[in-house]
Amino acid sequence: MQQGGNRNTSKLLMERSISTRVGAIVPDSDVPIQPSPKDDLLRTNLELPEVSEPEVVQYFTGLSHKNFSIDTHFYPLGSCTMKYNPKINDEIAFLPGFADIHPLQDETISQGALNLMHELQSYLQEITGMDCVGLSTLAGAHGEFAGMLMIRAFHQNNKDLNRTKVAIPDSAHGTNPASAAMSGFDVISIPSDDEGNIDIDFLKTIAGPDLAGAMITLPSTLGIFDTNIAEVCSIVHEAGGLVYGDGANMNALLGRAKLGHLGFDVIHLNLHKTFSTPHGGGGPGAGPVCAKSILYDFLPAPVVKQVSAGFELITPKSSIGRISGFQGNFAVLVRAYTYIKTLGAAGIKSISGNAVLNANYIMESLKDIYDIPYKRTCMHEVVFSASSKKDQDVNGLAIAKRLLDYGFHAPTMYFPLIVEEALMVEPTESETLETLDAFIDAMKAINEEISKQPELVREAPHTTPVSKLDEAKAAREPQLKWEPSP
Amino acid sequence: MDNAVPFQSHYIPNTLEEQHFMLNKLNAPDIDSLFSDIPEKYRNPSLNLPSPLSEMQIMQELGSLAAQNRTLSSGPSFLGAGSYHHFIPAAIKPLITRGEFLTAYTPYQPEVSQGTLQVIYEFQTLISNLYGMEVANAGMYDGATSLAEGVLMACRVTKRDHASISSTVSPAYIQVIETYCQAQGITISTFNPDNPEISEESACAVVQYPNFYGGIERLQDISDIAHDAGALLVMSADPLALGMFKSPGDYGADIATGEGQPLGIPPSFGGPYLGLFTCKKQYIRQMPSRLVGKTSDKEGKDGYVLTLQTREQHIRRERATSNICTNEALYALASTIYLALLGKTGIQKISNLCYQKAHYAASEIAMLPGFQVQNQNEFFKEFVISCPIKPEAINKKLIAQNILGGLDISHLQQNSMLLCVTEMNTKNDIDALVMALKDL
Repeated sequence: MQQGGNRNTSKLLMERSISTRVGAIVPDSDVPIQPSPKDDLLRTNLELPEVSEPEVVQYFTGLSHKNFSIDTHFYPLGSCTMKYNPKINDEIAFLPGFADIHPLQDETISQGALNLMHELQSYLQEITGMDCVGLSTLAGAHGEFAGMLMIRAFHQNNKDLNRTKVAIPDSAHGTNPASAAMSGFDVISIPSDDEGNIDIDFLKTIAGPDLAGAMITLPSTLGIFDTNIAEVCSIVHEAGGLVYGDGANMNALLGRAKLGHLGFDVIHLNLHKTFSTPHGGGGPGAGPVCAKSILYDFLPAPVVKQVSAGFELITPKSSIGRISGFQGNFAVLVRAYTYIKTLGAAGIKSISGNAVLNANYIMESLKDIYDIPYKRTCMHEVVFSASSKKDQDVNGLAIAKRLLDYGFHAPTMYFPLIVEEALMVEPTESETLETLDAFIDAMKAINEEISKQPELVREAPHTTPVSKLDEAKAAREPQLKWEPSP
Repeated sequence: MDNAVPFQSHYIPNTLEEQHFMLNKLNAPDIDSLFSDIPEKYRNPSLNLPSPLSEMQIMQELGSLAAQNRTLSSGPSFLGAGSYHHFIPAAIKPLITRGEFLTAYTPYQPEVSQGTLQVIYEFQTLISNLYGMEVANAGMYDGATSLAEGVLMACRVTKRDHASISSTVSPAYIQVIETYCQAQGITISTFNPDNPEISEESACAVVQYPNFYGGIERLQDISDIAHDAGALLVMSADPLALGMFKSPGDYGADIATGEGQPLGIPPSFGGPYLGLFTCKKQYIRQMPSRLVGKTSDKEGKDGYVLTLQTREQHIRRERATSNICTNEALYALASTIYLALLGKTGIQKISNLCYQKAHYAASEIAMLPGFQVQNQNEFFKEFVISCPIKPEAINKKLIAQNILGGLDISHLQQNSMLLCVTEMNTKNDIDALVMALKDL
């Protein structure tokens, strides 16, 4: 871990500001001077920094050194699919013919972009076994929101107005219930059975005329392929509901199974997970919606359609409406398209194969020292429980923080909620065996420390740019921006 | 691998030998056996995708696809309406493509994410200052969804379920608000900004500044009327207008949002962009999306963390303020670098250049027979012209001369076009446009 380089990053921009310094030269106006607006419209006070270009570049470069990232560290954050982000994808997305084009420019001068979007729609259809795709949703949760609105619109269109409930497994990501609520549904939590599958008997008790549908993540956040999934979809369908699929974990299934075949009616994909587009420290992502033909008319607007003259943007007949300002996170779509083109069918299938192999290798190597709540072959990620370490007064959080000292990003902690002291590890396909072994060794070393020097683990991290931060203080007295001292 | 000819990808390091070693450890015969939980009839479906291309081939193929699109820089361009052609300083791209920023996840582990977290704190500071508001969050998807979330938040704050929207707000933004409100029992009506009527059932008056047609309305009047009705003022503002014109805070906005794309983000055919979201501090517990707060570590050293997370979906689930999770952090970084580079005087100058050039263009076009500038109020960088013939026909003639005309809004106002002029348009560009319009 680098410690911020030689450039000091402790002073914030406003604290660095020195009057008359500039970081960019703006040319003078080349048009005749125009009459000024009325004074009462004009701003009198603007508090922005005044710094030079070298300071800006050095400051932000210095800050970058305080991050872990895929390019610098193994980042086995479960359910986040932190795989290598190919550089060619960025290069293509920055081509002027893709980056410097206006979303509203005439379709006749945007055919290359529309063609790319149309092809991407068909690739994603093929990969998921769905019939249609909308690309205008800007992140996974945004795709969930669109998909659930489509399910709502479907029932309303059938004058089936009493379907107010959506069943969601207790292992689901928090965005699922939040998206269902934003779409006007009441959430019913479905428990998992002893093997980590959806509790079929419970599902049957709630599958009735008020069930709008179910939201299911496959593989589940337990890292498990639910062996009853086809039956789960049938039960929901027989009750008149539709099945939503959260595609966050698609990295496990690429080329191995198609959600459309299994009975899902509408799903979203996270291009910033499965399809290698960079996560950027929290976005941008893209969350295309893929659906069966019965839902085509409800897709969010616009979608790309091929007509005799080429490609155009259209609004499906009963669309849930426009869900974002334009036609989607195009530069992210370009990256995912490039990725699929680079890999082809065999490459796509090789991703899931190696991702699942790597996760099982980690599970097998650590299963004797960290508990596995569900003893089955895992998919692309493995969930450990650190609950047995509590005898030493060490919890999952401490183990995760200690891993930072070993130069590994922490696994996802305390999720899924149904596993006590959960540590969810997702290695992805793009890591070497040497890296996996080094991670396994670190987990073993930490286990030794837990019995011999538990306080070392409890107090971790020790080597990071800051030590454990006081989160309670941050919430109690929120300081959300720099302010001049009084 | 289970394929007859082993597939090799430069993105997957495992060799066949390593795969065998790992499979041995698992007592598994092959990779395919790891997928036996998938019922056999669904397993290994056919997958029909184009053959893989090498990087050289990809570059050629996508290069020619890209070349089919007309770029804004390839000739004079006057199209705006929510996405803008502005200057992007060269220092932004190398900084945002640094792997340490580009390939990091959401900063859930603060000890190893201080870079991203401090950037977001800077972003919150600079956006609050630019908007003249007390608090800014870490960002939303784009300007349209940010405004829609502003409406939802106003409904939560006031416990009312009606939104009054100015008829001059972008039609696309209104459509997005409708999509966001449709399932939550929130009704929408529009009001005339010149004669605003806001009822006491309304959670908010929603305005755009400058409005979709480029104009600056009597925002203080709307603000007063909204507040008298117990409603919030929710404003979507162009960040670059704020280098010159009063801030949303000056008008008493309770929630101010914006499209951050003008701040150093390429137009990219519509995204990714950046939703800006600010509000009064008293409402922070109803805010959507992430917030970064300053705190200290065990040794008393300053540090930054995600805070007030009990508002968010990963804690509150179906009772969260929004379902938003991944947003546009990398472009929050880009806009922070942009604001740092341009700084106080640079932003003022860019604002002024847009104003000067747009007014020059408008005054020249107003002198052409058959053309009129429709804006009654002051405007910033966009304005509406009515044309002697259909704007569609004009745009065709313009593009034949490699000039990208304005947005055809004849479905909203007869024979009208919304033109946008920014600092990127030289006097020559503007004169070429005026000449082309004259010679129609």
